[in-house]
Amino acid sequence: MSVIIILLIASISVAAIFLVGFLWSVKSGQFEDDYSPPSRILFDDKPSTTKSK
Amino acid sequence: MVFSILNQSELCEYYNLNENPGINQRVKIREDKFAFLDEEKIQIQLISFKDDNQIHVTFYLPQIHCSSCLYLLENIHQLEEGIVSSRVHFTRKEVDLVFQRSKTSLRKVAERLTSIGYEPYISLNDLKEKRPAIDKSMIYQIGIAGFCFGNIMLMSFPEYLGIDTSEIGLRNIFRWANLGLAMPVLLYSALPFYTSSWKSLKHKFLNIDTPIALAILITFIRSAYEIISGTGGGYLDSMTGIVFFMLAGRIIQDKTYRQLSFERDYNSYFPIAVSILKNEKEFHTTLPEIKPGDTLLIHNSELIPADGILTKGKAFIDYSFVTGESLPVLKDVGELVYAGGKQTEGNIEILVVKEVTQSYLTKLWNRDEFKNGNQEKSISFVHLLSRYFTYIVLSIAIATAVYWQINDNSKVWVSVTAVFIIACPCALLLSNSFTNGNILRILSRNHFFLRNAQTIEDIAKTTHIVFDKTGTLTTTQQHDIKYEGKTLTLYQHKQIAALASYSSHPLSKALAKHLLTENNIDVSGFKETTGHGIEGFVNNDLIKIGSGEFVASKSAPIIGTSIFVSIENKYYGKFLFNNHYRDAIPALINKLKREYSLSVISGDNESEKNNLTKLLGKKATLLFHQKPEDKLLYIKRLQKKGEKVMMIGDGLNDAGALQQSDVGVVVAEQSNNFTPACDAIIEEKQLSKLTRFIYLCKANNNIVKASFVLSIAYNIVGVAFAVQGLLSPLVAAILMPSSSLSILLITFGSSSLLARRMKL
Repeated sequence: MSVIIILLIASISVAAIFLVGFLWSVKSGQFEDDYSPPSRILFDDKPSTTKSK
Repeated sequence: MVFSILNQSELCEYYNLNENPGINQRVKIREDKFAFLDEEKIQIQLISFKDDNQIHVTFYLPQIHCSSCLYLLENIHQLEEGIVSSRVHFTRKEVDLVFQRSKTSLRKVAERLTSIGYEPYISLNDLKEKRPAIDKSMIYQIGIAGFCFGNIMLMSFPEYLGIDTSEIGLRNIFRWANLGLAMPVLLYSALPFYTSSWKSLKHKFLNIDTPIALAILITFIRSAYEIISGTGGGYLDSMTGIVFFMLAGRIIQDKTYRQLSFERDYNSYFPIAVSILKNEKEFHTTLPEIKPGDTLLIHNSELIPADGILTKGKAFIDYSFVTGESLPVLKDVGELVYAGGKQTEGNIEILVVKEVTQSYLTKLWNRDEFKNGNQEKSISFVHLLSRYFTYIVLSIAIATAVYWQINDNSKVWVSVTAVFIIACPCALLLSNSFTNGNILRILSRNHFFLRNAQTIEDIAKTTHIVFDKTGTLTTTQQHDIKYEGKTLTLYQHKQIAALASYSSHPLSKALAKHLLTENNIDVSGFKETTGHGIEGFVNNDLIKIGSGEFVASKSAPIIGTSIFVSIENKYYGKFLFNNHYRDAIPALINKLKREYSLSVISGDNESEKNNLTKLLGKKATLLFHQKPEDKLLYIKRLQKKGEKVMMIGDGLNDAGALQQSDVGVVVAEQSNNFTPACDAIIEEKQLSKLTRFIYLCKANNNIVKASFVLSIAYNIVGVAFAVQGLLSPLVAAILMPSSSLSILLITFGSSSLLARRMKL
């Protein structure tokens, strides 16, 4: 019986971690703009030849 | 794919390098166009954060369209010293900029953006309060509901599988854990249903959320009672399940198109500031501060923000924004100019006679009807259905209570609560919201964007369709040009085309395009008189083209738009300009004619009357010379007769009518164009599909009704168990999700299938 309780606590806490992850991702706006991040990652960080940052 | 994006950004990088020395390759923008951004007062309204060092500002850049834009804008710090960071929000077409106050200014940043082709769009709307952030609470609610629902399901299994005989302690732990998990759903996730039903009760109206809120509460109370008293496991899995599914339906239905705006009024069209002349000096001031008696300096291609009298310069005003008419109008000193017109040639000065909010155009918006918003808009039939539903459920519950009171009063509580639990109209709500959501999705895939789900029903109910002419039935991009008069030789054609191509008037440009010949003919000594015509020597022949007065020094009664031609001072003939109907229109009208009464209201003259009668048939109403206000009143008259009116228009001149109508549809040449406030936006290319869209909206109602019948069948089975007091948690747990899921499949499947068969 006690094993089942430990399992229960474990399973709920794993699920809770995913829930918190979901809420965090919504809050930080990851679902709002689905175009710029995937393109942004493709740009190279070339050192600009004209002017240093 | 990857290569093409990289390739594009490579190009942008080259563009960057070339641009950097400071050569401006784009159209020259007037130098002090953004001078108003130096004004402290205006700055405060625009910037979002400011300290001693840095300023944060967000600009709306409508030109953003590809990943190279993203690249260029996010590397803007290499172009303008002082910009600390920039981040593009692609779907909103906005860029968040942070810059150092010591090194650059708001004006310089705006000018830099303009110089690389991204002119910030700053309108009067920005003066108002900032837009509220997108409401994400429903997403949180569904996340939590999903979490609780899943876990409760898992922990209910032992109970269903009959573990309870040997291990009572374990069973109780599961039950209490369920109760704990159900609390967040009851107190947080189900909030939208409580607030909505509370609101409807306050208005003495029973909407669909009322019985649902009631069912949620009763289910919880009964389950909590069973668990605390140790008599049973409760129905918490069913309760959290329906909350989860219903929230999912709502979210699908309320999905918004962030790149579109259905709420625009004149504020988003007018500039934020104008130049005022005081004692020969130019000041910048925000629009609301303009008073009658001020003198405004309107630069080339600026919008006139208030009604006024022209005091200096020659006004050549493009009212296309207000009337839909594409040809500019000439005004002389002393004449009245209306707000909303765009000056097209040179600078003018006007003396303001009315405040911005009092002008002819803006008054249309400030009418009282529009202030109350859409409150009196029709109520969905789903709410009416659910009302009957509620009455029936209540009477069944009462009958059950009475029966068991007489026969076996220990069963009253069990059976009555069971009736409420099983008979909640969640299936009706689900079928409605999922069908709506799916239809909205199908329509938007075809570039027909609706403001909300209610619009689907309004479209289905339409009985009368009203069209605007200019810009809706006809396109402003093309003209049908016909020549009348003495025959011209091919050589003369070429001569005229050559001369016309030197003029800046849109009609001449259209004519030059129409005559389209390869030209190497010399034109010398040409002179253009704004608003009248152009004359010049083409291979030594004096040619004049323009208005009747200009060419033949006589003002013939003109029907329609035409350009007169004379060669060597001899009058030859005229080019007639007819409106060019959009290609899809004749076929569309033919189909609509059979089912709807049609009207055309136009701000234009009657020159097109014959063509329109041919097109629309004799029964259609044709009205000309209609001012924006007349259009609104016409719609109102139709509605008084009991018609449900769909207004299809395009310009700001239709804005009043669009608001007044039951469904206001705006035709946009591109879906991200600026459109006036409306219920739906249709892309010009999709107009031919309009009949199919309407049909789909009608089918929507039938699908909802059909699935409602199905859900009633499920309910009858459930209620049969419930009235006998036999509803076990297991039966509820099977019946509720299976009815919900089967309804989901039916609604989604049938609407998608229908769309596929209609080739949408």
